[in-house]
Amino acid sequence: MVEALKRGDDLAFAWLVEQHHAMLVRLALRYVADQATAEDVAQETWLHVLRGLARFELRSSLRTWIVSILKNRARSRATRERRNMPISEAWLATVALGEPAVDPDRFFGSANTELTDRWASAPRGVAPEEQLLASETQAVVSHAIQALPLAQREVITLRDIEGWSAADVCNALGLSETNQRVLLHRARSKVRAAVEPYLSQTDQP
Amino acid sequence: MSTPNDEIVCKELVELVTPYLEDVLPTNERAAIERHLAECDGCTTYVEQMRQTIRAIGHVPHEPITSRTRDEVLAIFRAWKAERS
Repeated sequence: MVEALKRGDDLAFAWLVEQHHAMLVRLALRYVADQATAEDVAQETWLHVLRGLARFELRSSLRTWIVSILKNRARSRATRERRNMPISEAWLATVALGEPAVDPDRFFGSANTELTDRWASAPRGVAPEEQLLASETQAVVSHAIQALPLAQREVITLRDIEGWSAADVCNALGLSETNQRVLLHRARSKVRAAVEPYLSQTDQP
Repeated sequence: MSTPNDEIVCKELVELVTPYLEDVLPTNERAAIERHLAECDGCTTYVEQMRQTIRAIGHVPHEPITSRTRDEVLAIFRAWKAERS
């Protein structure tokens, strides 16, 4: 990939942009105030990526390197415009606290001490693989992700759609490992709840 | 909130499923989860549904970029190529 880029292969570059541009704009929005500036910063990043290619070494992943350039560009733009970088704390406030992974009504209450906090209405059934890919299931998943609070949406997008490691997400978003995991947990739990009827539909007899 | 003999219940397990799948739990908690799963169909299904959910999310397409953005960025690329040669 890097070699193709250094040769000036425009297909390789177009592919790279297709893969990462939307993500760069989203990350930039954590530093600058509006969409237009974020788009600008992302484009500026591509220029610096190209200019820096000759110096790029394969010690780090290409994506990690691109993200680090984006962060530098976004930070310097934020400074020029005298905006404060949004800190993780403020951003994390977009998360409603104390959301249980599963509706508490699905567990037995305290009336029955033997069964307290055990499933009263257990999830049933796992779907065959093709059910996961059915357009109906995919639409429910996309919709559920769109409905998440910002911080949760960012983390689940990078981890589960883009396939980033936990460490890369912590680094890009300035999160502690614990915060990253809590956001991911809340996000995945809600998406699971949304698709549960589709997973159970094909219940085994 | 754990029972006297350090076993976990369903309501606790569903909150531990992410650190469990991420494999970051201390050995004793992981073992407690595995003991619980061995005896609880509801939680076994829950964990499997969580894995399925993650796989389903993995198939959601990347956000597409607009053709205008693509053109602008490719213009940057052509300018860079020209400036190099």
